[in-house]
Amino acid sequence: MTTNIQDSPRTALSNPPVQPGQSNLGQPAVRRSSAGGPVAEQPTPLTEVAKLIDVSKCIGCKACQSACIEWNDTHPEIETNVGVYENPHDLTPEMFTLMRFAEYDNPDNGNFEWLIRKDGCMHCEEPGCLKACPAPGAIVQYTNGIVDFIHENCIGCGYCVSGCPFDIPRISQKTHVAYKCTLCSDRVAVGQGPACAKACPTHAIVFGTKEDMKIHAAARIEDLKSRGYENAGLYDPPGVGGTHVMYVLHHADKPGIYNDLPEDPQISPVVEGWKGPTKTVGLAAIGLAAVGSVVMGLFSRSAVADEDEHQAQEMVDRAAAGLPVDPIPGREQV
Amino acid sequence: MNIDLSRRSFLRLAGAGVAATSLGALGFGEAEAAELAHVRDFKLTATTETRNTCPYCSVACGIIIYARPDDTGKRRVVHIEGDADHPTNRGTLCPKGAALKDFVNAPTRLTQPMIRKPGAAAFEPIAWDDALDRIARAIKDDRDANFLATNEAGVPVNRWTTMGFLAASATTNETAWATYKVVRSMGVVGFDNQARV
Amino acid sequence: MTNSWTDIKNTDLVIVMGGNAAEAHPCGFKWVTEAKHQRGAKLIVVDPRFTRTASVADYYAPIRPGSDIAFLMGLIRYMIENDKVQWEYVKAFTNASLIVKDEFGWADGLFTGYDEEKRDYDKSSWDYVIGDDGFAVTDPTLQNPRCVWNLLKAHVDVYTPEMVERITGTPKDRFLKIAEMIGECSSPTKTMTSMYALGWTQHSKGAQNIRGMAMLQLILGNIGVRGGGMNALRGHSNIQGLTDIGLMSNLIPGYLNIPTEREADWATYMTSRAFKPLRPGQTSYWQNYPKFMVSFMKSMWGDAAQKDNDWAYHYLPKLDVPSYDILRMYELMDEGRVNLYFCQGFNPLLATPNRDKVTRAFSKLKLLVTMDPLETETARFWENHGAHNDVDTAAIQTEVIQLPSSCFAEDEGALVNSGRWLQWHWKASDMPGEARNDVWIMAQIFLRVRELYRTEGGAFPDPILNLTWDYADPNEPHPEELAREMNGRALSAVYDPTDPTKVVAEPGKQLLNFSQLRDDGSTASGCWIYSGSFNEAGNNMARRDNADPDDTGAYPNWTWSWPLNRRTLYNRASCDLNGKPWDPTRKIIEWDGEKWSGYDVPDISPTAKPGEVMPFIMNQEGVSRLFSRGLMRDGPFPTHMEPFESPVENVFNKRMRGNPVVRVFAKDAADLGTSDEFPFVATSYRLTEHFHYWTKHNVVNAALQPEFFVEISEELAAERGIERGGRVRVWSKRGEVWAVALVTKRIKPMICDGKTVHVVGIPLHWGFVGAARKGWGPNSLTPVLGDANVETPEFKAFLVNIEPAVGEAVS
Repeated sequence: MTTNIQDSPRTALSNPPVQPGQSNLGQPAVRRSSAGGPVAEQPTPLTEVAKLIDVSKCIGCKACQSACIEWNDTHPEIETNVGVYENPHDLTPEMFTLMRFAEYDNPDNGNFEWLIRKDGCMHCEEPGCLKACPAPGAIVQYTNGIVDFIHENCIGCGYCVSGCPFDIPRISQKTHVAYKCTLCSDRVAVGQGPACAKACPTHAIVFGTKEDMKIHAAARIEDLKSRGYENAGLYDPPGVGGTHVMYVLHHADKPGIYNDLPEDPQISPVVEGWKGPTKTVGLAAIGLAAVGSVVMGLFSRSAVADEDEHQAQEMVDRAAAGLPVDPIPGREQV
Repeated sequence: MNIDLSRRSFLRLAGAGVAATSLGALGFGEAEAAELAHVRDFKLTATTETRNTCPYCSVACGIIIYARPDDTGKRRVVHIEGDADHPTNRGTLCPKGAALKDFVNAPTRLTQPMIRKPGAAAFEPIAWDDALDRIARAIKDDRDANFLATNEAGVPVNRWTTMGFLAASATTNETAWATYKVVRSMGVVGFDNQARV
Repeated sequence: MTNSWTDIKNTDLVIVMGGNAAEAHPCGFKWVTEAKHQRGAKLIVVDPRFTRTASVADYYAPIRPGSDIAFLMGLIRYMIENDKVQWEYVKAFTNASLIVKDEFGWADGLFTGYDEEKRDYDKSSWDYVIGDDGFAVTDPTLQNPRCVWNLLKAHVDVYTPEMVERITGTPKDRFLKIAEMIGECSSPTKTMTSMYALGWTQHSKGAQNIRGMAMLQLILGNIGVRGGGMNALRGHSNIQGLTDIGLMSNLIPGYLNIPTEREADWATYMTSRAFKPLRPGQTSYWQNYPKFMVSFMKSMWGDAAQKDNDWAYHYLPKLDVPSYDILRMYELMDEGRVNLYFCQGFNPLLATPNRDKVTRAFSKLKLLVTMDPLETETARFWENHGAHNDVDTAAIQTEVIQLPSSCFAEDEGALVNSGRWLQWHWKASDMPGEARNDVWIMAQIFLRVRELYRTEGGAFPDPILNLTWDYADPNEPHPEELAREMNGRALSAVYDPTDPTKVVAEPGKQLLNFSQLRDDGSTASGCWIYSGSFNEAGNNMARRDNADPDDTGAYPNWTWSWPLNRRTLYNRASCDLNGKPWDPTRKIIEWDGEKWSGYDVPDISPTAKPGEVMPFIMNQEGVSRLFSRGLMRDGPFPTHMEPFESPVENVFNKRMRGNPVVRVFAKDAADLGTSDEFPFVATSYRLTEHFHYWTKHNVVNAALQPEFFVEISEELAAERGIERGGRVRVWSKRGEVWAVALVTKRIKPMICDGKTVHVVGIPLHWGFVGAARKGWGPNSLTPVLGDANVETPEFKAFLVNIEPAVGEAVS
């Protein structure tokens, strides 16, 4: 194979294998596991990987969504059109990634811009979902940075959703467990890049080592600056320790204009304090959900009594706002 | 993966376990209760690979079709992905191409010849032989009745205008050539394709 | 495409106008993003809507649908006025210096010779002055006021930036910025590529839109060079192939023509195809027409085609009209003059204009046969689906036979991409149920009809009985057999024309390429331009060597491209008069003093001396045409014409409606609306999530874009009280549809000739069968009018009205 776009990192250097092969992602490569789940003593060291999404190259074609559905065998619903280009309307347990479209009148130069961002799991270095998760081993982080859900261990409580600064995981009403982008861990495990990156027609999505992705991003940013995007930059937010899914933004000074990409994402203080002074609060909140599910004999987050849900959310919100949070008396004894 | 334990029952166990520990107020460290971390089995293992071309637009992206036999022994498409060796698409595919598997396996694929009789409110099945005989007879009768051998000036024109044929836009050149030969030899001039629409 | 998808990486400037490459051809568009990333190329988008292509553009300008010619002529005017001309190229490689007849002229929006009664031009004045030597007269100094260059200069003079803005609605400053960016590409070392598709073709003057850009590209010296060209993106995967193979009313494979009634015999037919060179020493390659034609006739009818029976000339039908295209056929059908109709992989109920008329026409057929892998609305046109297909089923007496065919995964053969690559593919899976390959179906129909003629006799059975059908399995010819037949073979020994003792092809052998075709009956070839695709070296279309020496983007050994595996057409024009590349960094071929060679197959005789033989070898002049003589029905230069349904009058001639020479059937003329009743300009288009009417059957694509919508500006929404996501009714003189309103900043009102013009965008992907929600196609609204030259329907500019839906008859 001769390739003449070598300095465009791309996923597909070869077609996927069809011979049985060794997967390098499994328990031995786990470096973090939720709620004290098993972690390898000396996890297999793997090179940190990253997916880079260059929104300036993205044409919003949804090939990433299509490839994601096909590879992961999901079945998103055929919904309606509500007057926008997004479909499905939001991330769902069957749609792990979503193109979000924003119509933006640039006040600086009077130009109209159509800002299109592929939304999905950011694979945080410090994953809020993993920290919030009360189910042992339900969320793991491999040594290459991929944050993956082990569905068999998931209790469907939804705390990964609250713990996620990007609002990514979704709980299935059918299987009652949480789903999100796996970064195609099954593909990465055999040396292939994620399905979305492979499909992406313009190579707006590229995949490789995090180091390489940063180098590639730098070249893209330089190109964008030469085209007048003075504030072009890389989105690799430090508040979550950096991410294994990064964006090149033409307006990196204003991530919010890309359909509310958080300016400075942080893990909720409630979740952050998991092993610290607010442990009780976190436990209380989680206790509500887990206990609720047992009491109701159901396992979905929606099955939690509305009141409990409301109170738990209030605590989380108060904690996030830096207000004092009191555990709800007696709840632990239910 | 432990296949003896159904997912649902495992869920119930896990849920109950957390509730119990939560009630105990401390310690979620029941690591031994957890399924070990793993990724999905690689789903293309033991499939056949075939080079093909995306049938949609004329960028003509290279694709690899992954197939395996179903219960009846028919080879069925299980996945389609861009061909990384193709100079144009380099393994990429658009939202249509990336979902080609569900085009091949669409629920609205046709599986048997059907006939709708004049005035009828529904299709009904018809055997291939019967359908083809019926078509051939209709062609023969109409051509014999309406073929124009010469014009008013007596010039041979040998055309047949009461039949029209619209050719496809995604069939192969070889199908197109076979179609051309058959249609043109009959003197059909109402011959067109989808180049304009 | 003159070039290829992979060649786009070599460009400096991309103009996407008359297309929407990022959405309709995403994987090809990657070569635009590559050019931007690797070369710093710029992207310009001119479109009525701010499309997804525009979202990654460096510069965007809006334009009123159907006004492109004014924009393009304005650009040409700008280049001439500001000396942004690749002079050496224009003087040597175009017909700029040829002298035009004194009688030719243009006034009031019309060229000389217009006959209002006939709706046609007498084109006799649209030609060169021919000298006593039989060649066209030239003035290489370009001083003669009657030379093409000076006539062009005069012709475009009216298209000032102000006039462009007045007609097109494109703000003057935006137009000038684009003109400036394009002007830079007049340098021999900078090049622009034009990427266009149905946005230019689906107009009553579509061919003139394309000519306009082609002329601009010639003036800039951008044809034949790497990263340049006129690149028709083309729609379906093998529509290039089906056109190459001539599956059209008036074509024979390889762009030969079905004879007309006026050509009563072979000799007469050939007279008008002599293609004598119009300048000394020029190639005029169509002089070989008889070789291609005889080889085709031998391929069709073998021994029944002999010199003494004019190669079975009368086996071919003769046309009494220019073509029985789809629009004419539906007119005839509507008049009850068509009885049988076949749709092979085609869904005309949703794909051809004025659906009411199509339904009415189909209802008058005796038999409709469809062959498709999927359900189609066409096969079920008689089925009542409420407002989505409100027909009186019982009253429709048409018999319909629906035949299930294979799809791409289940067959073998070649598809031709827009870059003319013939790519062979292989069978991967088995067909569902009783579905069968199209070749089998066509063979079965043929064999049964032939048998009926054999046993019963009947009307002129000869062309049917004598059609060559010597396949190993007549019931299902193998794709390789058919491919070999198109390539052609020697029927008897083929000799070297320069050495009659030397045999170049033994009887029965596959021909090397079309240079071996003869007009004496010794060769057969179904499609001359494919000759070379399957020769004695094997199936060249199956080649998969992706090496690309020096990264030129040519990929010479990847499959095979017509003609002769040439990747860039007119590539001789990439070099100057001495045979040296205009831009050494973008070399394709080069003259080494004795011959042409390089990365691609030269588009000229390898030993043709650079200063003598000009690059446009298919033209009688040897040069390209800024002035197209009488070859187009609507003028030798593009001139601004309004769409037939327009919100404004033609600024040059208020009496002129649409294109003055377009064929209009009387009933269709009565079905045209005016802007007092239908004040808004509608345009139809594809969305990237779907392919035509196919992917609505696909649950994935249906989930990505589930429901029919129309796009309007915030201003129009406010004016009509329409809410984002609300339902609207859109209607034209011909029908109505209901849709979700997508209210967007991406469409803005324009000011044209002092009038505010609103655009309503109507995507095409929904019908009444499949996985997606039921909806309508734009063809419920569009007029039955075709381009003056090729009858492509005017889908891109028509008039509608819009209102919030009240009492919608749709569940």
